[in-house]
Amino acid sequence: MTPLLSAHGVTVRYGSLAALDGVDLRIDHGQRHALIGPNGAGKSTLLDVLGGATPAGGGRVCLAGRDVTRLGPAARARRGIGRIHQRPAVFSTLTATQNVVVAALPHALRPGRWRPGARRSAAERTAGAWLERVGLDDLGGIPAGQLAHGQRRQLEIAMALAGRPRLLLLDEPAAGLSAVEVGRLVEFLRALPRAVAVLLVEHRLDLVYALCDQVTVLRDGRTVATGTPAEIRASDRVRQAYAEGVS
Amino acid sequence: MRDEAVRALRRGVAVLVLAGLLLAPWAVDDYTVALLARTLALGLVGVSVALLTGVAGLPTLGQTAPYAAGAYASAVVGSRLSDVGVVHLAVAAAAGAALAAATVPLVVAARGVIVLMITLAVGELAVTVVGRWRSVTGGTDGLAGVPPVRPLWGLPVLATDRARYLYALVVVAVLVGAVLLILRTRVGLLLRAGRDDEARLRASGHRVAAHVAAAHVAAGAVAGAAGSLLVVAQQFVSPADFGFDTSALLLLGVVVGGVASVGGALVGTAVVIAARDWLFGVLPGHAPLVLGVAFVVTVYLLPGDAHRPPGVRGRLLPGRPPRPADPAAERPSPTGARA
Repeated sequence: MTPLLSAHGVTVRYGSLAALDGVDLRIDHGQRHALIGPNGAGKSTLLDVLGGATPAGGGRVCLAGRDVTRLGPAARARRGIGRIHQRPAVFSTLTATQNVVVAALPHALRPGRWRPGARRSAAERTAGAWLERVGLDDLGGIPAGQLAHGQRRQLEIAMALAGRPRLLLLDEPAAGLSAVEVGRLVEFLRALPRAVAVLLVEHRLDLVYALCDQVTVLRDGRTVATGTPAEIRASDRVRQAYAEGVS
Repeated sequence: MRDEAVRALRRGVAVLVLAGLLLAPWAVDDYTVALLARTLALGLVGVSVALLTGVAGLPTLGQTAPYAAGAYASAVVGSRLSDVGVVHLAVAAAAGAALAAATVPLVVAARGVIVLMITLAVGELAVTVVGRWRSVTGGTDGLAGVPPVRPLWGLPVLATDRARYLYALVVVAVLVGAVLLILRTRVGLLLRAGRDDEARLRASGHRVAAHVAAAHVAAGAVAGAAGSLLVVAQQFVSPADFGFDTSALLLLGVVVGGVASVGGALVGTAVVIAARDWLFGVLPGHAPLVLGVAFVVTVYLLPGDAHRPPGVRGRLLPGRPPRPADPAAERPSPTGARA
Protein backbone atom coordinates (compact mmCIF):
# COMPACT_ATOMS: atom_id res chain seq x y z
CA MET A 1 0.00 0.00 0.00
CA THR A 2 1.26 3.51 -0.83
CA PRO A 3 2.34 5.24 2.38
CA LEU A 4 0.72 8.54 3.31
CA LEU A 5 4.09 10.22 3.45
CA SER A 6 7.49 9.05 2.35
CA ALA A 7 10.77 10.90 2.46
CA HIS A 8 13.84 9.56 0.67
CA GLY A 9 17.38 10.79 1.22
CA VAL A 10 16.31 14.18 2.57
CA THR A 11 19.30 16.45 3.00
CA VAL A 12 19.55 19.99 4.36
CA ARG A 13 22.88 21.79 4.69
CA TYR A 14 23.73 25.10 6.32
CA GLY A 15 27.21 25.76 4.95
CA SER A 16 29.39 22.85 5.97
CA LEU A 17 26.89 21.68 8.60
CA ALA A 18 24.51 18.90 7.54
CA ALA A 19 21.29 19.43 9.54
CA LEU A 20 19.81 16.43 7.72
CA ASP A 21 21.97 13.91 5.90
CA GLY A 22 20.02 11.50 3.72
CA VAL A 23 17.07 10.87 6.05
CA ASP A 24 14.41 8.32 5.05
CA LEU A 25 10.97 8.28 6.66
CA ARG A 26 7.73 6.45 6.00
CA ILE A 27 4.39 7.26 7.61
CA ASP A 28 1.37 5.11 6.87
CA HIS A 29 -2.25 6.30 6.82
CA GLY A 30 -3.52 6.89 10.34
CA GLN A 31 -0.18 6.06 11.94
CA ARG A 32 1.04 7.76 15.12
CA HIS A 33 4.73 8.24 14.45
CA ALA A 34 7.27 9.92 16.72
CA LEU A 35 10.61 11.54 15.92
CA ILE A 36 12.97 11.54 18.86
CA GLY A 37 16.64 12.28 19.37
CA PRO A 38 19.00 14.52 21.29
CA ASN A 39 19.05 18.30 20.78
CA GLY A 40 20.39 19.24 17.34
CA ALA A 41 19.47 15.86 15.85
CA GLY A 42 17.48 17.53 13.06
CA LYS A 43 13.93 16.72 14.23
CA SER A 44 12.45 20.20 13.81
CA THR A 45 14.35 20.70 10.54
CA LEU A 46 12.80 17.49 9.21
CA LEU A 47 9.32 18.75 10.21
CA ASP A 48 10.10 22.03 8.42
CA VAL A 49 11.11 20.13 5.28
CA LEU A 50 8.01 17.92 5.37
CA GLY A 51 5.76 20.95 5.94
CA GLY A 52 7.47 22.89 3.14
CA ALA A 53 8.80 25.73 5.32
CA THR A 54 12.41 24.69 4.59
CA PRO A 55 13.37 23.49 1.10
CA ALA A 56 15.19 20.19 0.93
CA GLY A 57 18.72 20.50 -0.45
CA GLY A 58 18.44 16.94 -1.71
CA GLY A 59 16.08 13.98 -1.65
CA ARG A 60 12.38 13.63 -2.28
CA VAL A 61 9.16 14.00 -0.28
CA CYS A 62 5.97 12.27 -1.47
CA LEU A 63 2.45 12.66 -0.08
CA ALA A 64 0.12 9.80 -0.96
CA GLY A 65 2.43 8.85 -3.82
CA ARG A 66 2.64 12.37 -5.30
CA ASP A 67 5.95 14.21 -5.27
CA VAL A 68 5.53 17.40 -3.20
CA THR A 69 9.24 18.21 -2.82
CA ARG A 70 8.99 21.45 -4.79
CA LEU A 71 5.72 22.62 -3.26
CA GLY A 72 5.63 25.40 -0.66
CA PRO A 73 3.90 25.22 2.73
CA ALA A 74 0.57 26.61 1.44
CA ALA A 75 0.26 24.02 -1.32
CA ARG A 76 1.20 21.20 1.08
CA ALA A 77 -1.35 22.45 3.60
CA ARG A 78 -4.05 22.35 0.92
CA ARG A 79 -2.99 18.77 0.17
CA GLY A 80 -3.48 17.80 3.79
CA ILE A 81 -0.37 18.54 5.85
CA GLY A 82 -1.23 20.42 9.08
CA ARG A 83 1.34 21.92 11.39
CA ILE A 84 1.61 22.68 15.11
CA HIS A 85 4.64 24.82 15.93
CA GLN A 86 6.91 24.56 18.95
CA ARG A 87 5.84 28.05 19.99
CA PRO A 88 2.11 28.40 19.32
CA ALA A 89 1.71 30.35 16.07
CA VAL A 90 -1.61 32.22 16.07
CA PHE A 91 -2.86 35.49 14.59
CA SER A 92 -2.57 37.62 17.70
CA THR A 93 -4.87 40.52 16.73
CA LEU A 94 -7.66 38.25 15.46
CA THR A 95 -10.15 36.65 17.80
CA ALA A 96 -9.93 32.92 18.51
CA THR A 97 -12.90 32.31 16.21
CA GLN A 98 -11.36 34.37 13.41
CA ASN A 99 -8.12 32.39 13.78
CA VAL A 100 -9.92 29.13 13.12
CA VAL A 101 -12.04 30.69 10.34
CA VAL A 102 -8.83 31.70 8.55
CA ALA A 103 -7.52 28.15 8.88
CA ALA A 104 -10.81 26.65 7.68
CA LEU A 105 -11.34 28.97 4.69
CA PRO A 106 -9.26 27.09 2.10
CA HIS A 107 -11.25 23.95 2.88
CA ALA A 108 -14.70 25.48 3.40
CA LEU A 109 -17.20 23.92 1.02
CA ARG A 110 -18.12 26.07 -1.94
CA PRO A 111 -21.89 26.21 -2.31
CA GLY A 112 -23.39 25.26 -5.65
CA ARG A 113 -24.69 28.80 -6.18
CA TRP A 114 -22.55 31.82 -5.35
CA ARG A 115 -23.82 33.76 -2.41
CA PRO A 116 -21.92 36.62 -0.72
CA GLY A 117 -20.26 35.40 2.47
CA ALA A 118 -21.35 31.77 2.02
CA ARG A 119 -17.83 30.42 2.22
CA ARG A 120 -17.05 32.45 5.31
CA SER A 121 -20.28 31.27 6.95
CA ALA A 122 -19.27 27.66 6.29
CA ALA A 123 -15.83 28.37 7.77
CA GLU A 124 -17.44 30.00 10.82
CA ARG A 125 -19.56 26.90 11.46
CA THR A 126 -16.43 24.74 11.22
CA ALA A 127 -14.59 27.13 13.53
CA GLY A 128 -17.32 26.99 16.15
CA ALA A 129 -17.29 23.21 16.13
CA TRP A 130 -13.51 22.96 16.49
CA LEU A 131 -13.34 25.60 19.23
CA GLU A 132 -15.92 23.63 21.17
CA ARG A 133 -13.96 20.45 20.60
CA VAL A 134 -10.75 21.92 22.08
CA GLY A 135 -12.63 23.69 24.87
CA LEU A 136 -12.28 27.30 23.75
CA ASP A 137 -15.89 27.91 22.71
CA ASP A 138 -16.43 30.43 25.51
CA LEU A 139 -13.33 32.39 24.45
CA GLY A 140 -14.12 32.70 20.75
CA GLY A 141 -14.40 36.49 20.88
CA ILE A 142 -11.09 37.06 22.69
CA PRO A 143 -8.06 38.22 20.64
CA ALA A 144 -5.60 35.34 20.41
CA GLY A 145 -2.80 37.54 21.71
CA GLN A 146 -4.63 37.78 25.04
CA LEU A 147 -4.92 34.02 25.54
CA ALA A 148 -2.65 32.14 27.91
CA HIS A 149 0.06 29.84 26.53
CA GLY A 150 -1.96 26.67 27.01
CA GLN A 151 -5.02 28.23 25.39
CA ARG A 152 -2.98 29.38 22.41
CA ARG A 153 -1.75 25.79 22.06
CA GLN A 154 -5.38 24.58 22.08
CA LEU A 155 -6.25 27.24 19.52
CA GLU A 156 -3.41 26.22 17.22
CA ILE A 157 -4.57 22.61 17.41
CA ALA A 158 -8.10 23.72 16.45
CA MET A 159 -6.63 25.71 13.56
CA ALA A 160 -4.60 22.77 12.32
CA LEU A 161 -7.59 20.41 12.48
CA ALA A 162 -9.92 22.93 10.80
CA GLY A 163 -7.58 22.58 7.81
CA ARG A 164 -8.78 18.95 7.50
CA PRO A 165 -5.27 17.44 7.55
CA ARG A 166 -4.37 13.90 6.58
CA LEU A 167 -1.06 14.31 8.38
CA LEU A 168 -0.52 16.44 11.46
CA LEU A 169 3.05 17.58 12.19
CA LEU A 170 3.40 18.30 15.91
CA ASP A 171 6.57 20.03 17.10
CA GLU A 172 6.83 19.58 20.88
CA PRO A 173 3.16 20.29 21.54
CA ALA A 174 3.57 19.69 25.29
CA ALA A 175 6.29 22.34 25.67
CA GLY A 176 5.29 24.85 28.33
CA LEU A 177 2.08 23.06 29.33
CA SER A 178 1.21 22.13 32.89
CA ALA A 179 0.82 18.46 33.86
CA VAL A 180 -2.97 18.80 33.71
CA GLU A 181 -2.82 20.39 30.28
CA VAL A 182 -0.44 17.69 29.03
CA GLY A 183 -2.91 15.06 30.23
CA ARG A 184 -5.72 16.73 28.31
CA LEU A 185 -3.51 17.03 25.24
CA VAL A 186 -2.70 13.31 25.31
CA GLU A 187 -6.38 12.43 25.64
CA PHE A 188 -7.25 14.75 22.79
CA LEU A 189 -4.57 13.37 20.48
CA ARG A 190 -5.59 9.81 21.34
CA ALA A 191 -9.16 10.64 20.38
CA LEU A 192 -8.20 11.98 16.96
CA PRO A 193 -9.82 9.99 14.16
CA ARG A 194 -7.56 7.45 12.48
CA ALA A 195 -8.01 9.34 9.21
CA VAL A 196 -5.45 11.77 10.63
CA ALA A 197 -1.89 10.49 10.83
CA VAL A 198 0.44 12.15 13.34
CA LEU A 199 4.15 12.86 13.23
CA LEU A 200 5.19 13.96 16.70
CA VAL A 201 8.49 15.54 17.73
CA GLU A 202 8.75 15.32 21.50
CA HIS A 203 11.45 15.17 24.15
CA ARG A 204 9.16 13.57 26.72
CA LEU A 205 9.49 9.88 26.02
CA ASP A 206 6.56 8.96 28.32
CA LEU A 207 4.32 10.97 26.01
CA VAL A 208 5.84 9.39 22.91
CA TYR A 209 5.34 5.87 24.21
CA ALA A 210 1.79 6.69 25.33
CA LEU A 211 0.74 8.03 21.95
CA CYS A 212 2.76 6.51 19.16
CA ASP A 213 2.92 3.13 17.48
CA GLN A 214 6.10 3.83 15.50
CA VAL A 215 9.23 5.74 16.53
CA THR A 216 12.16 7.04 14.48
CA VAL A 217 15.35 8.08 16.23
CA LEU A 218 17.53 10.79 14.68
CA ARG A 219 21.02 11.83 15.63
CA ASP A 220 23.30 14.33 13.87
CA GLY A 221 20.86 14.54 10.97
CA ARG A 222 20.81 10.79 10.34
CA THR A 223 18.34 8.02 11.10
CA VAL A 224 19.60 5.80 13.92
CA ALA A 225 16.65 3.43 14.20
CA THR A 226 12.98 2.99 13.39
CA GLY A 227 10.63 0.62 15.17
CA THR A 228 7.83 0.14 17.65
CA PRO A 229 8.16 1.78 21.08
CA ALA A 230 9.11 -1.60 22.56
CA GLU A 231 11.83 -2.14 19.97
CA ILE A 232 13.19 1.37 20.47
CA ARG A 233 13.22 0.98 24.23
CA ALA A 234 15.18 -2.24 23.90
CA SER A 235 17.66 -0.92 21.34
CA ASP A 236 21.27 -0.53 22.42
CA ARG A 237 21.95 1.69 19.41
CA VAL A 238 19.28 4.13 20.58
CA ARG A 239 20.64 4.17 24.13
CA GLN A 240 24.12 4.77 22.76
CA ALA A 241 22.88 7.55 20.43
CA TYR A 242 21.20 9.34 23.34
CA ALA A 243 24.19 8.86 25.63
CA GLU A 244 26.58 10.31 23.02
CA GLY A 245 24.13 13.01 22.10
CA VAL A 246 23.87 14.39 25.61
CA SER A 247 27.48 13.87 26.65
CA MET B 1 -17.56 48.97 29.59
CA ARG B 2 -14.41 50.85 28.59
CA ASP B 3 -14.61 49.40 25.07
CA GLU B 4 -18.19 50.62 24.78
CA ALA B 5 -17.14 54.11 25.88
CA VAL B 6 -14.31 54.12 23.33
CA ARG B 7 -16.70 52.97 20.61
CA ALA B 8 -19.21 55.66 21.54
CA LEU B 9 -16.44 58.28 21.54
CA ARG B 10 -15.30 57.12 18.10
CA ARG B 11 -18.84 57.26 16.76
CA GLY B 12 -19.26 60.75 18.19
CA VAL B 13 -16.00 61.95 16.62
CA ALA B 14 -17.01 60.39 13.27
CA VAL B 15 -20.38 62.15 13.32
CA LEU B 16 -18.74 65.48 14.22
CA VAL B 17 -16.11 65.12 11.47
CA LEU B 18 -18.78 64.18 8.93
CA ALA B 19 -20.99 67.12 9.95
CA GLY B 20 -17.99 69.46 9.78
CA LEU B 21 -17.05 68.21 6.32
CA LEU B 22 -20.62 68.66 5.04
CA LEU B 23 -21.01 72.18 6.45
CA ALA B 24 -17.48 73.42 5.71
CA PRO B 25 -18.18 74.92 2.24
CA TRP B 26 -20.75 77.28 3.79
CA ALA B 27 -18.57 78.14 6.79
CA VAL B 28 -15.23 79.08 5.20
CA ASP B 29 -13.97 81.10 2.21
CA ASP B 30 -13.44 79.71 -1.29
CA TYR B 31 -9.66 79.44 -0.91
CA THR B 32 -10.05 77.28 2.20
CA VAL B 33 -12.69 75.18 0.46
CA ALA B 34 -10.22 74.53 -2.39
CA LEU B 35 -7.57 73.57 0.18
CA LEU B 36 -10.04 71.22 1.85
CA ALA B 37 -10.82 69.54 -1.47
CA ARG B 38 -7.10 68.94 -2.02
CA THR B 39 -6.79 67.70 1.55
CA LEU B 40 -9.59 65.18 0.88
CA ALA B 41 -7.60 63.86 -2.10
CA LEU B 42 -4.53 63.45 0.10
CA GLY B 43 -6.69 61.86 2.80
CA LEU B 44 -7.74 59.24 0.26
CA VAL B 45 -4.08 58.53 -0.51
CA GLY B 46 -3.65 58.21 3.26
CA VAL B 47 -6.35 55.55 3.21
CA SER B 48 -4.36 53.63 0.60
CA VAL B 49 -1.24 53.97 2.79
CA ALA B 50 -3.20 52.64 5.80
CA LEU B 51 -4.48 49.76 3.69
CA LEU B 52 -0.93 48.71 2.95
CA THR B 53 0.86 49.75 6.13
CA GLY B 54 -1.68 48.95 8.81
CA VAL B 55 -3.88 46.26 7.32
CA ALA B 56 -1.54 44.33 5.01
CA GLY B 57 1.63 45.02 7.03
CA LEU B 58 3.57 46.60 4.15
CA PRO B 59 4.92 49.97 5.31
CA THR B 60 5.08 52.24 2.28
CA LEU B 61 6.56 55.56 1.26
CA GLY B 62 5.64 55.06 -2.39
CA GLN B 63 1.90 55.68 -2.71
CA THR B 64 2.72 58.99 -4.35
CA ALA B 65 3.63 56.93 -7.45
CA PRO B 66 0.11 55.58 -8.20
CA TYR B 67 -1.26 58.93 -6.95
CA ALA B 68 0.81 60.69 -9.63
CA ALA B 69 -0.12 58.10 -12.28
CA GLY B 70 -3.80 58.66 -11.53
CA ALA B 71 -3.46 62.45 -11.48
CA TYR B 72 -1.64 62.67 -14.82
CA ALA B 73 -3.93 60.09 -16.45
CA SER B 74 -6.92 62.10 -15.26
CA ALA B 75 -5.39 65.40 -16.43
CA VAL B 76 -4.57 63.99 -19.88
CA VAL B 77 -8.06 62.48 -20.28
CA GLY B 78 -9.64 65.71 -19.03
CA SER B 79 -7.64 67.85 -21.44
CA ARG B 80 -8.09 65.68 -24.53
CA LEU B 81 -10.91 63.15 -24.26
CA SER B 82 -13.69 63.59 -21.73
CA ASP B 83 -14.95 65.95 -19.03
CA VAL B 84 -16.95 63.27 -17.17
CA GLY B 85 -15.76 62.77 -13.59
CA VAL B 86 -16.47 59.06 -13.33
CA VAL B 87 -14.49 58.48 -16.53
CA HIS B 88 -11.58 60.36 -14.97
CA LEU B 89 -11.91 58.32 -11.80
CA ALA B 90 -11.98 55.01 -13.68
CA VAL B 91 -8.98 55.93 -15.83
CA ALA B 92 -7.05 57.26 -12.83
CA ALA B 93 -7.80 54.18 -10.71
CA ALA B 94 -6.76 51.93 -13.60
CA ALA B 95 -3.51 53.90 -14.06
CA GLY B 96 -2.75 53.68 -10.32
CA ALA B 97 -3.54 49.98 -10.27
CA ALA B 98 -1.42 49.33 -13.38
CA LEU B 99 1.56 51.13 -11.89
CA ALA B 100 1.14 49.26 -8.61
CA ALA B 101 0.86 45.97 -10.53
CA ALA B 102 4.10 46.74 -12.35
CA THR B 103 5.89 47.11 -9.01
CA VAL B 104 4.39 43.98 -7.43
CA PRO B 105 7.50 41.85 -8.14
CA LEU B 106 9.61 44.38 -6.22
CA VAL B 107 7.29 44.59 -3.22
CA VAL B 108 5.89 41.08 -2.74
CA ALA B 109 9.20 39.43 -1.90
CA ALA B 110 10.26 42.10 0.62
CA ARG B 111 9.03 43.00 4.08
CA GLY B 112 9.46 45.68 6.75
CA VAL B 113 12.04 48.41 6.31
CA ILE B 114 13.11 46.95 2.94
CA VAL B 115 9.58 47.65 1.59
CA LEU B 116 9.92 51.22 2.88
CA MET B 117 13.16 51.63 0.94
CA ILE B 118 11.82 50.02 -2.25
CA THR B 119 8.60 52.03 -2.22
CA LEU B 120 10.55 55.22 -1.49
CA ALA B 121 12.66 54.50 -4.58
CA VAL B 122 9.52 53.81 -6.66
CA GLY B 123 7.97 57.11 -5.52
CA GLU B 124 11.12 59.07 -6.33
CA LEU B 125 11.43 57.37 -9.73
CA ALA B 126 7.83 58.28 -10.51
CA VAL B 127 8.53 61.95 -9.71
CA THR B 128 11.64 61.87 -11.91
CA VAL B 129 9.73 60.31 -14.80
CA VAL B 130 6.85 62.82 -14.69
CA GLY B 131 9.39 65.62 -14.43
CA ARG B 132 11.16 64.52 -17.62
CA TRP B 133 8.34 63.18 -19.78
CA ARG B 134 7.54 66.64 -21.09
CA SER B 135 5.41 65.59 -24.09
CA VAL B 136 2.79 63.99 -21.82
CA THR B 137 3.23 65.50 -18.37
CA GLY B 138 4.45 69.00 -19.22
CA GLY B 139 7.69 68.25 -17.32
CA THR B 140 8.43 70.30 -14.22
CA ASP B 141 5.96 72.97 -15.43
CA GLY B 142 3.14 70.45 -15.05
CA LEU B 143 -0.21 70.45 -16.81
CA ALA B 144 -2.23 73.61 -16.27
CA GLY B 145 -5.75 74.58 -17.27
CA VAL B 146 -7.35 71.17 -16.99
CA PRO B 147 -11.03 71.82 -17.76
CA PRO B 148 -13.55 71.40 -14.92
CA VAL B 149 -15.41 68.09 -14.85
CA ARG B 150 -19.08 67.17 -14.72
CA PRO B 151 -19.68 64.27 -12.26
CA LEU B 152 -21.84 62.23 -14.69
CA TRP B 153 -23.12 62.53 -18.25
CA GLY B 154 -25.87 65.14 -18.40
CA LEU B 155 -24.96 66.88 -15.12
CA PRO B 156 -23.63 70.46 -15.03
CA VAL B 157 -19.93 71.22 -14.93
CA LEU B 158 -18.41 71.76 -11.46
CA ALA B 159 -17.68 75.46 -11.89
CA THR B 160 -17.15 76.54 -8.26
CA ASP B 161 -14.76 75.52 -5.49
CA ARG B 162 -17.75 74.50 -3.39
CA ALA B 163 -19.09 72.17 -6.10
CA ARG B 164 -15.66 70.61 -6.64
CA TYR B 165 -15.26 70.11 -2.88
CA LEU B 166 -18.65 68.41 -2.57
CA TYR B 167 -17.82 66.16 -5.55
CA ALA B 168 -14.52 65.19 -3.86
CA LEU B 169 -16.36 64.58 -0.58
CA VAL B 170 -18.89 62.24 -2.22
CA VAL B 171 -16.18 60.30 -4.08
CA VAL B 172 -14.06 59.95 -0.93
CA ALA B 173 -17.10 58.82 1.09
CA VAL B 174 -18.02 56.21 -1.53
CA LEU B 175 -14.47 54.87 -1.90
CA VAL B 176 -13.74 54.81 1.85
CA GLY B 177 -17.09 53.07 2.39
CA ALA B 178 -16.18 50.50 -0.25
CA VAL B 179 -12.76 49.91 1.35
CA LEU B 180 -14.36 49.49 4.78
CA LEU B 181 -16.94 47.06 3.39
CA ILE B 182 -14.27 44.98 1.67
CA LEU B 183 -12.17 44.91 4.83
CA ARG B 184 -15.14 43.41 6.69
CA THR B 185 -15.14 40.42 4.33
CA ARG B 186 -12.72 37.50 4.39
CA VAL B 187 -10.33 39.63 2.29
CA GLY B 188 -9.75 41.92 5.27
CA LEU B 189 -9.51 38.97 7.62
CA LEU B 190 -6.82 37.31 5.52
CA LEU B 191 -4.85 40.55 5.14
CA ARG B 192 -4.82 41.09 8.91
CA ALA B 193 -3.89 37.46 9.48
CA GLY B 194 -0.96 37.80 7.08
CA ARG B 195 0.18 40.94 8.88
CA ASP B 196 0.16 39.01 12.18
CA ASP B 197 1.95 35.84 11.04
CA GLU B 198 2.70 35.09 7.40
CA ALA B 199 4.25 31.70 8.09
CA ARG B 200 1.12 30.58 9.96
CA LEU B 201 -1.08 31.82 7.13
CA ARG B 202 0.95 29.81 4.62
CA ALA B 203 0.81 26.77 6.88
CA SER B 204 -3.00 27.15 6.78
CA GLY B 205 -2.97 26.81 3.00
CA HIS B 206 -3.29 30.46 1.91
CA ARG B 207 -1.36 32.05 -0.95
CA VAL B 208 0.14 34.96 0.96
CA ALA B 209 1.98 36.43 -2.04
CA ALA B 210 -1.31 36.68 -3.98
CA HIS B 211 -3.00 38.46 -1.04
CA VAL B 212 -0.14 40.94 -0.75
CA ALA B 213 -0.13 41.57 -4.52
CA ALA B 214 -3.91 42.11 -4.57
CA ALA B 215 -3.71 44.55 -1.64
CA HIS B 216 -0.88 46.43 -3.34
CA VAL B 217 -2.84 46.77 -6.60
CA ALA B 218 -6.07 47.75 -4.80
CA ALA B 219 -4.21 50.40 -2.79
CA GLY B 220 -2.73 51.63 -6.07
CA ALA B 221 -6.23 51.99 -7.53
CA VAL B 222 -7.39 54.00 -4.49
CA ALA B 223 -4.34 56.28 -4.71
CA GLY B 224 -4.92 56.66 -8.47
CA ALA B 225 -8.53 57.72 -7.87
CA ALA B 226 -7.22 60.24 -5.32
CA GLY B 227 -5.00 61.63 -8.08
CA SER B 228 -8.10 62.33 -10.14
CA LEU B 229 -9.62 64.26 -7.22
CA LEU B 230 -6.44 66.33 -6.91
CA VAL B 231 -6.77 67.39 -10.55
CA VAL B 232 -10.46 68.20 -10.07
CA ALA B 233 -9.64 70.27 -6.98
CA GLN B 234 -6.78 72.36 -8.34
CA GLN B 235 -7.21 71.93 -12.15
CA PHE B 236 -3.46 71.71 -12.31
CA VAL B 237 -0.87 69.05 -11.65
CA SER B 238 2.91 69.14 -11.38
CA PRO B 239 5.71 66.91 -9.98
CA ALA B 240 5.80 69.13 -6.87
CA ASP B 241 2.56 67.45 -5.73
CA PHE B 242 4.26 64.04 -5.42
CA GLY B 243 7.65 64.62 -3.79
CA PHE B 244 9.16 62.83 -0.82
CA ASP B 245 7.71 65.42 1.57
CA THR B 246 4.22 64.34 0.47
CA SER B 247 5.10 60.66 1.08
CA ALA B 248 6.46 61.47 4.53
CA LEU B 249 3.43 63.59 5.41
CA LEU B 250 1.11 60.80 4.34
CA LEU B 251 2.93 58.27 6.52
CA LEU B 252 2.92 60.72 9.43
CA GLY B 253 -0.82 61.28 8.97
CA VAL B 254 -1.47 57.55 8.94
CA VAL B 255 0.68 57.03 12.04
CA VAL B 256 -1.17 59.85 13.83
CA GLY B 257 -4.55 58.38 12.84
CA GLY B 258 -3.54 54.81 13.73
CA VAL B 259 -2.00 52.67 10.99
CA ALA B 260 -4.69 50.00 11.12
CA SER B 261 -7.61 52.44 10.98
CA VAL B 262 -8.94 53.53 7.58
CA GLY B 263 -11.05 56.36 9.05
CA GLY B 264 -8.18 57.33 11.34
CA ALA B 265 -5.84 57.52 8.35
CA LEU B 266 -8.23 59.90 6.58
CA VAL B 267 -8.56 62.17 9.61
CA GLY B 268 -4.85 61.91 10.53
CA THR B 269 -3.72 62.83 7.03
CA ALA B 270 -6.15 65.75 6.92
CA VAL B 271 -4.88 67.03 10.29
CA VAL B 272 -1.22 66.77 9.24
CA ILE B 273 -1.83 68.48 5.88
CA ALA B 274 -3.80 71.23 7.58
CA ALA B 275 -0.97 71.64 10.11
CA ARG B 276 1.56 71.87 7.29
CA ASP B 277 -0.44 74.53 5.43
CA TRP B 278 -0.85 76.50 8.67
CA LEU B 279 2.86 76.17 9.54
CA PHE B 280 3.86 77.44 6.08
CA GLY B 281 2.21 80.70 7.01
CA VAL B 282 3.41 80.92 10.63
CA LEU B 283 6.98 79.61 10.18
CA PRO B 284 7.92 80.24 6.55
CA GLY B 285 10.75 77.92 5.51
CA HIS B 286 10.70 75.85 8.70
CA ALA B 287 7.57 73.76 8.23
CA PRO B 288 9.43 70.60 7.06
CA LEU B 289 11.70 70.75 10.13
CA VAL B 290 8.75 71.07 12.49
CA LEU B 291 6.91 68.21 10.78
CA GLY B 292 10.04 66.03 10.92
CA VAL B 293 10.29 66.60 14.66
CA ALA B 294 6.55 65.91 14.93
CA PHE B 295 7.07 62.57 13.13
CA VAL B 296 9.81 61.43 15.51
CA VAL B 297 7.86 62.57 18.58
CA THR B 298 4.66 60.89 17.33
CA VAL B 299 6.30 57.53 16.67
CA TYR B 300 8.07 57.54 20.04
CA LEU B 301 5.29 58.84 22.22
CA LEU B 302 2.04 57.40 20.90
CA PRO B 303 1.08 54.41 23.05
CA GLY B 304 0.70 50.92 21.62
CA ASP B 305 2.00 49.20 18.48
CA ALA B 306 -1.21 49.87 16.55
CA HIS B 307 0.02 53.36 15.68
CA ARG B 308 3.40 52.28 14.39
CA PRO B 309 4.34 51.12 10.93
CA PRO B 310 5.27 47.41 11.05
CA GLY B 311 8.61 48.05 9.39
CA VAL B 312 9.61 50.33 12.21
CA ARG B 313 8.26 48.22 15.03
CA GLY B 314 10.84 46.07 16.73
CA ARG B 315 13.73 47.59 14.84
CA LEU B 316 14.06 51.23 15.76
CA LEU B 317 11.68 50.96 18.68
CA PRO B 318 11.51 48.59 21.60
CA GLY B 319 7.71 48.21 21.23
CA ARG B 320 5.86 46.16 23.79
CA PRO B 321 7.85 43.52 25.62
CA PRO B 322 7.15 39.98 24.40
CA ARG B 323 4.64 37.85 26.31
CA PRO B 324 6.20 36.04 29.24
CA ALA B 325 8.13 33.00 28.06
CA ASP B 326 7.70 31.27 31.39
CA PRO B 327 4.57 29.21 30.93
CA ALA B 328 4.29 28.68 34.67
CA ALA B 329 3.37 32.36 34.95
CA GLU B 330 0.36 31.72 32.74
CA ARG B 331 -1.03 28.68 34.47
CA PRO B 332 -3.58 27.51 35.15
CA SER B 333 -5.82 27.76 32.12
CA PRO B 334 -9.07 29.38 33.24
CA THR B 335 -11.12 27.65 30.61
CA GLY B 336 -11.68 24.29 32.17
CA ALA B 337 -10.43 23.02 28.86
CA ARG B 338 -11.58 19.70 27.55
CA ALA B 339 -8.71 19.27 25.10
